[in-house]
Amino acid sequence: MNSDKKELRVNAIKNGTVIDHIPANDLFKVIKILGLQNITNTMTLGTNLESKTQGKKAIIKIAELFFENDDIDRIALAAPNAKLNIIKDYVVIEKRKVQVPDKVIGIAKCVNPKCITNFEDNIVTKFTVVDKEHIALKCHYCEKITNKENLRLQ
Amino acid sequence: MKNKSLVSIDDYTKEDYLRILDKAAYFEANPVQNILTGKVVATLFFEPSTRTRLSFESAVNKLGGKIIGFTDASSSSVQKGESLKDTIKTVANYSDLIVMRHPIEGSARYASEVSKVPVVNAGDGANQHPTQTLLDMYSIRKTQGKLEDLNIFLVGDLKYGRTVHSLLMAMSHFNPTFNFISPESLKMPKEYKLFLEKKGIKYYEHEDFTEYIKEADIVYMTRVQKERFSDPIEYEKVKDVYILRNEMLEGTKDNLRVLHPLPRVNEINVDVDNNPKAYYFDQALNGVYTRQAIISSILDL
Ligand SMILES: Nc1ncnc2c1ncn2[C@@H]1O[C@H](COP(=O)(O)OP(=O)(O)OP(=O)(O)O)[C@@H](O)[C@H]1O
Ligand SMILES: [Mg+2]
Ligand SMILES: [Zn+2]
Repeated sequence: MNSDKKELRVNAIKNGTVIDHIPANDLFKVIKILGLQNITNTMTLGTNLESKTQGKKAIIKIAELFFENDDIDRIALAAPNAKLNIIKDYVVIEKRKVQVPDKVIGIAKCVNPKCITNFEDNIVTKFTVVDKEHIALKCHYCEKITNKENLRLQ
Repeated sequence: MKNKSLVSIDDYTKEDYLRILDKAAYFEANPVQNILTGKVVATLFFEPSTRTRLSFESAVNKLGGKIIGFTDASSSSVQKGESLKDTIKTVANYSDLIVMRHPIEGSARYASEVSKVPVVNAGDGANQHPTQTLLDMYSIRKTQGKLEDLNIFLVGDLKYGRTVHSLLMAMSHFNPTFNFISPESLKMPKEYKLFLEKKGIKYYEHEDFTEYIKEADIVYMTRVQKERFSDPIEYEKVKDVYILRNEMLEGTKDNLRVLHPLPRVNEINVDVDNNPKAYYFDQALNGVYTRQAIISSILDL
């Protein structure tokens, strides 16, 4: 909890969003899913932080950026326990856990090498989430299952 | 409705199955009709499948329609690197319905999304082959007089065999009991067994033929392919276990019928062919009636 305080002091933002409880290994997946590599807002990344609940965690703090609901839920694939903290005037005014969505469109790659989405250019992938707890995605095209372990981003 | 494509067996409800089967029975009684006069059906076979293609073309011909298309990818523009999307969009301009066989999984769903005319999936890799399932159901109903409460044995490659998976899903609406006979390495995948458990449908797994076959109403045979085994010794061990021979049908029920999607290699011994319980050649003929029913119902005729 000491380290939390230190972190806060160094990286405090006035208004914005803090995405907390990201598995350290999946930080870059989350960045990619949200397209954060393309934004110009002030942003702080922390990773390999000790977490009481989940091993090493990562955290993203972005000033002056607020997400739409389903926009943020897309990160649930990589970080199902992530928590969103909305900061206004330096305080957390809202906290929300991400929800695994029912459908995943245009984010994940189908694991099946013989799937049409891996052959023809410009097909937007579509999946139905058939297991929200362990993350299992059923491809709309080839009907095969992609699990969290073999999940790649499109 | 813009697109009434048949891509996956799950696209149809129980009512749809029954409607198609009734229509197929009608075409069996009245095979030659001129309801497709002036219509063009494209048969696009990106991978050769003589049997399926001829069955579709026979169905279209009996309904008085015309056929355009190609019989394998080497004689199509795919050879020149054309995308599937472009091929389908072009062919959709020339036809009222597209029948497509393609080795890539999901290609049929994608084609149905880019096509302005309905697409009938005639097999997309290891994924789906719904018209086969409907003709299997037609054969089952015709030989058993019903679809409900049957004891269905699925034999051979239950892991990769798309026909057995689709048949399992479709028959699950009719309170069946399933018996699965396969080598350990080609067992029915877990997801299908979970599906049956959720629906409260009984199933039993065996590694070879036993006395249980005496309880069968339907024995559905599939090919155990050498290519499926990473270990050739494993294949040698099991390859003769899944061959059905005439003597094994002794003492089985009178109503038992043996089905096979064909082509067969050696998994049904030729000595079964003359047994009245062998039904696989009639099954193939039923394919024409079933495809007549599917085409005409998609085109609202
Ligand atoms: N003004 C701020 N600027 C930057 N980061 C902040 C600010 N306020 C809070 N945070 C960070 O947001 C996260 C959530 O803050 P909170 O005070 O709710 O911590 P917590 O009680 O540990 O929450 P949780 O139970 O979600 O872990 C923490 O990582 C904290 O460091
Ligand atoms: Mg905390
Ligand atoms: Zn796929």
